[in-house]
Amino acid sequence: MPPFVESSAMASRSILEVSWFDLAWAGGLMLIAVGISHWQKLGLAQRLVIGALRTVVQLMLVGYVLVSLFALDRWYLVGVALLGMLLVATKAAVNRQFRASRTLLMITGVAMLLASGFTLLYISTLVVRVTPWYNPQYLIPLFGMIVGSAMNAAAIAAERLASEMAARAAEIEAYLALGTTAQQASQHPVRQALRAALMPTVNGLMVVGIVTLPGMMTGQILAGASPLIAIRYQIVVAFMQAAAVAITTTIVTLWYRRTFFTAALQLKVPTNAAAA
Amino acid sequence: MALGAQPHNEAGIIQPLPSGLTAAFTLKGVRQVKDGITILDGVELDIPHGAITALVGPSGAGKTSLLRLLNRLDDPVSGDIVYRSRAITHYPVRELRRNVAFVFQTPVMFPGTVRDNLQAALTLGGRALRPCADTVAPAAGQDAERRVAAAMALAELDGTLCDRDGDRLSGGQKQRVNIARALMTSPDVLLMDEPTSALHPETADRLMETTRRLSQEQHLTVVMVTHRLSEARRTSDMTVVLEHGRVVAMGRTADVFENTTNPRIRAFLDTER
Repeated sequence: MPPFVESSAMASRSILEVSWFDLAWAGGLMLIAVGISHWQKLGLAQRLVIGALRTVVQLMLVGYVLVSLFALDRWYLVGVALLGMLLVATKAAVNRQFRASRTLLMITGVAMLLASGFTLLYISTLVVRVTPWYNPQYLIPLFGMIVGSAMNAAAIAAERLASEMAARAAEIEAYLALGTTAQQASQHPVRQALRAALMPTVNGLMVVGIVTLPGMMTGQILAGASPLIAIRYQIVVAFMQAAAVAITTTIVTLWYRRTFFTAALQLKVPTNAAAA
Repeated sequence: MALGAQPHNEAGIIQPLPSGLTAAFTLKGVRQVKDGITILDGVELDIPHGAITALVGPSGAGKTSLLRLLNRLDDPVSGDIVYRSRAITHYPVRELRRNVAFVFQTPVMFPGTVRDNLQAALTLGGRALRPCADTVAPAAGQDAERRVAAAMALAELDGTLCDRDGDRLSGGQKQRVNIARALMTSPDVLLMDEPTSALHPETADRLMETTRRLSQEQHLTVVMVTHRLSEARRTSDMTVVLEHGRVVAMGRTADVFENTTNPRIRAFLDTER
């Protein structure tokens, strides 16, 4: 077990437990949002109520699932849980796309599997040194944070690449007409897609702790951990998310780009030029 | 002779290639369909080498679609295209495109200066490509800067524009940069898709004079789509009239414009008179 995990026990304080009665009071805050929707005639009141109920139900279910996983302590059950998280995240990333396809689903899934798998392996063996290697208390929250970041990055990269390829179709064809490769012809859309997908991570690294206090760190502090322990975990999380995002974005962008060209280096995006 | 077999009763004048001219491209039964709509319908056509051929016809006749097939920006759904006695698909596509250059209707400027735009044609290949035809090959040892200067001169671009940002040029200058960029790979064929459509008549005339001179001095095969019939009449050696994806008239430009008797084609050819 790494030293800072041990020292967390020394620094831990008593946790103020939130009871079901306390949660009911928290629900009162949702009434404010519902009230504003009703007052401004936003038509969102019903969706806010449903959203609040889903939040309660989904998190309760996850809570019970995690309790069961921790209690059962079986590597294959942890594997199934991680795979389930990956599949749901892949579907969610692709469903946001205008050009959703089975190919994109495969690309996103493989990219997230490789990026998240590598990052989790790196973190769990070299940094946090999880024991036993499948310890669900560590693997599941770490994987959740990795996959969550990778999912957002994959969605942004794919969406941005598709829109840039369409917007720059004339430029890409001008490059192709000079006898360039598809990689050279699409260099600007690819760069834009990579930048767009990486920018939230870069911005996050810049302002973390100053503008925002990350959820994980806040959670640990609320749970009684020393802020000094919490920040170390948060630094690990920030770095692993950056790596997962960079790997996912690169794989998605470079692989997805190939689908925009035929074997004869013809652009598949419709162009106005062909209309005459 | 492919054109002699054009199977349309309503066709206008259909002439074989004049003696002394060989075909750079031969199209046999070329059919193109996009979004379920037939764009080209069994086109049979010879395009002569070393001459200027104008493709004219009403909007939607398939002129641009035909042009895009000649350097494989698109492939037809059926039919054969032969370039210099070999099926076009037998050439490595990147080498073909370096030999069959394309100038688009709307000039496309890459990021950077005019020099950057022109040198892009040399550096983007990643390696020096061997032209697939042996004409107009660059002289050995010719460096990039000299080729930029040569291409600018050929396109009649003012040399002082070399370091100007591409986006700060006029429409006519941009189109000349696009022509110069296309010439950087020393092509055998220049495909031009309505290159003057966005230009003032005077600028368009000067560009056509440049095109005429390039064809003569560089022995360049030019295939040009134009909606300006006067431009086709003045600039081209051969004229092909397309209608609903079919060749309805083809021959020497003077013959097509003067001797076509088919009333419908005649009416089209007289629209600018």
